[in-house]
Amino acid sequence: MSVGLATNLGVAPVMQDAGASPLVVRGMTVSYGQKPVVFSVDMEIKNGSMTAIIGPNGAGKSTLLKAALGIVKPLAGDALVFGQPLRNQRSRIAYVPQRASVDWDFPTRVIDVVLMGLYRELGLLGRVRKGHIQKAMACLDRVGMTDFADRQIGQLSGGQQQRVFLSRALAQEAELYLLDEPFAGVDAATEKAIISVLKGLRDEGKTVVAVHHDLSTVGEYFDRVFLINTNKIAEGPVKETFTSENLDRTYGGRLATGQLDQLNLAAG
Amino acid sequence: MLLEALSLQMGYNATLVTIGACFLGVAAGVTGTFLYLRKRALVSDAISHATLPGVGAAFILMVMLGGDGRNLPVLLFGSAVSAGLGLLCVNWLTRQTRLAEDAAIGSVLSVFFGFGIVLLTIIQTMSAGRAAGLEGFLLGSTAGMLWNDAIVIVLSGAVTLALVLLLRRPMGLVAFDPEFAASSGVNIERVDLAIMGLVMAVTVVGLKIVGLILIVAMLIIPPVTARFWTDRTDRVALIAGFCGGAAAWIGAAISATAPALPTGPIIVLVSFAMFAVSMFLAPDRGVLAAFLRHQSFQKRVHLRQGLLALAQEQPIYETYTMRLLHRAGLALPDGVPTEAGKARAAKALRDEKRWQLVRADQSLESAAALYDGLREIETVLTTDQISEIDAQIGGPRGLSE
Amino acid sequence: MTGAEFVPLSLPPLLIGICAAVACALPGNFLLLRKQALIGDAISHVVLPGIVIAFLFTGSVSAWPMMVGAALASVFAVVLIEAVRRLGRIEPGAAMGLTFTTMFAGGVLLLEQSDTSTVHLDVEHALYGNLESLIWLDAVGWQSLADPAALATLPVELPRIALTLMAVIVFTWLFWRLLVLSTFDDSFALTLGLHTGWISLALVVVAAVAAVAAFDAVGSIIVIAMFICPPASARLMTNRLEVQIAWSVVFAVISAVLGYVLAGYGPLWLGSDNAVSAAGMIATVSGVILASTALFAPCRKRAGAPRH
Repeated sequence: MSVGLATNLGVAPVMQDAGASPLVVRGMTVSYGQKPVVFSVDMEIKNGSMTAIIGPNGAGKSTLLKAALGIVKPLAGDALVFGQPLRNQRSRIAYVPQRASVDWDFPTRVIDVVLMGLYRELGLLGRVRKGHIQKAMACLDRVGMTDFADRQIGQLSGGQQQRVFLSRALAQEAELYLLDEPFAGVDAATEKAIISVLKGLRDEGKTVVAVHHDLSTVGEYFDRVFLINTNKIAEGPVKETFTSENLDRTYGGRLATGQLDQLNLAAG
Repeated sequence: MLLEALSLQMGYNATLVTIGACFLGVAAGVTGTFLYLRKRALVSDAISHATLPGVGAAFILMVMLGGDGRNLPVLLFGSAVSAGLGLLCVNWLTRQTRLAEDAAIGSVLSVFFGFGIVLLTIIQTMSAGRAAGLEGFLLGSTAGMLWNDAIVIVLSGAVTLALVLLLRRPMGLVAFDPEFAASSGVNIERVDLAIMGLVMAVTVVGLKIVGLILIVAMLIIPPVTARFWTDRTDRVALIAGFCGGAAAWIGAAISATAPALPTGPIIVLVSFAMFAVSMFLAPDRGVLAAFLRHQSFQKRVHLRQGLLALAQEQPIYETYTMRLLHRAGLALPDGVPTEAGKARAAKALRDEKRWQLVRADQSLESAAALYDGLREIETVLTTDQISEIDAQIGGPRGLSE
Repeated sequence: MTGAEFVPLSLPPLLIGICAAVACALPGNFLLLRKQALIGDAISHVVLPGIVIAFLFTGSVSAWPMMVGAALASVFAVVLIEAVRRLGRIEPGAAMGLTFTTMFAGGVLLLEQSDTSTVHLDVEHALYGNLESLIWLDAVGWQSLADPAALATLPVELPRIALTLMAVIVFTWLFWRLLVLSTFDDSFALTLGLHTGWISLALVVVAAVAAVAAFDAVGSIIVIAMFICPPASARLMTNRLEVQIAWSVVFAVISAVLGYVLAGYGPLWLGSDNAVSAAGMIATVSGVILASTALFAPCRKRAGAPRH
């Protein structure tokens, strides 16, 4: 049995249409202290796709996103957004951080959080006008949270908070959406709402990348998958890449065969 | 003159101050260790500032009852009472309201201190002469230190140390790993209370020599210093005690050599100097050591990534990587690999493949956990194991793969 | 109390106290929300060495060198704290405590060593100010407010702190959105391209400038009370940031006014003829307000576990 190795262990992979890819990561290595969390990772997100970033805990999924977005400083490597460095393309991306990274006791209302997504329009001193409120309410409507507009965010449930976060991202009117564990700790209704919004975005031609933790929904929600465990294991369409062999390599053979069976994997 | 000071030959007052300071330094260093490890270093700031109203109130009460306000033990007792109250307020605010601990500490610190200042101004108007000593509690006042004062300080310091010795196991456990301690049946709240109580005792004792503002330094700096030299809780406490005592001894000696060299600040500055030296030069945890390690780590990462790129005939775009490869004789300046480079690159690629297999195999889980992108696989598996893996991969091949 | 007594003796200290309290409370709101309340503690301790060094450099105790010295000292302290924290991998509280106590010790040493016999710069004053003595000698009553000659002898601390308050208000208004965004969700703010590190620094510098200006009124250590207590009390009163800011201003003003009045007149009412420290009383009143809100305010409890 030959071990299929991911073709991109090294540095810059050969790309077609390099200018058009929403996100290209090259040779990214991030370490905390002496321990690399992400090692020499290349990633290419295809335009208009819904990609899931999958891997065990501590595999570097969130770190990879954060390094690509310039939130943490990598040891090596870089990222290009639509073929250019991030700083020139910020208006085309929207980032939804992990829900736990924010202090939800902060004194602000749901509508205020969504309006944060309109920062680019409002600028430093711009007044919030009716048009902005309408836009924000429309975004809340897409996630089904219009009734909560005046609510203090600390009074929301986990699922509701996640929807507010997504709503803020929608307000940014980006072309590339990056979400860190959008389905973690949310109720079933919220999960349905979120995936319907994300699919709507994909249908509009936008690109969605999400760090995802639930293997059982990968096939249903995403069309491409990126498997990582400190380094890249595999990348490609779900049908070809989300295989038991790749999952074994990602999870170190720790997935029970029963779990794998349930996952309805592609053959091979 | 410094040597004389260090060997306690500068006179009665200087000797008392030095010995008292030394005991204080040791007690503060040791006690502060547990506070620091519990990540509550600044609670000591709240406790120390909260002593002021107690001192003032004790003085006023004594005078109102007809006594001499300057009775040290009574003043210290008063300071302990108000410090204890302050601590209770901090805990109450943190637990019963949405305020975080830093807000609780800051508000207790400033409000109690403010009220203490009010009392001080009352005292100033009560009996101008006798009150002058109380402001000394802010920054310490070692001039005219009495034998009795020294005895109080030494005894309290010794008692504190004895208590720490007695309670070192539970305190150490809670400071090091509170969850484990809780699961082994240790009552975390009570131990925390004990730690705070000891901190309070040290603070109160230190009021006379270094004053309430600088006692915080003696509680925090020695443990931080000690932490650079060891990872074990009991050793941190020991080294902290030593550093605290040494800084106090040296500081008191220096301050005795000339006027206008106030004891408290000099002790703190000596302590800080010891910290700075430790932070930079300590082997392993020091900044210099960490920097060198990081540089070498970064080099190895870039080299490895460069080799892997060479092995897969991919372009290298980072100039730093190219430079490293060239300097190591593994590639020419334009990125073409040398013979040595080709060999190393092939080995690197093969190692990656071997590692992939190891990490997919559950029976090799403990070996897989050691993967960090740079580790040589020979250090983790036996030659037999490696041959097995090679058989699966299909043996070493040339670069053209 | 007639205008003839009030205007020269009480009006300037009251106004100075109010301006100082509000100038500290405003940035204090954000420091509180960023869990950086103790930066106020650090700033108020390092103001002393900053001022001493400025005095040694310039030989004068006039305001601007002192402000610059204190602002620089605060920046230095913040940078040093960050450096110690990162290089030494020390937890933030200990890094702060270590740095500011050492800087304070340095300041005290410098003070003792330098020749301050000709200049009024003693440590106790630095610690708790002298609000009561900031009187307006040339005023004779309310009419002096319209008299340019009298106005020229207003205690210089008043226009200074008033200007500082203006600057703080302008800063807060101008950078409101940046402050809210970077405080609430730092990584999101980074992806928008905001320089959250600079915003943090700017907030600390503004706080330091307010602290220095308030220094003359209430001394350095009680400034912490002004940074923390009114905002903390306000935090317990509401769930909306704009309302919290408003409440913090109200509480700051009450603390200043009530504190000053109680300090000046309280002892008189109790039968003694000496005033007590106004600064201390202001801090005490702000503490009483905090205690009251902690016991009774509507939003004092943590938001509990979310309902589904």
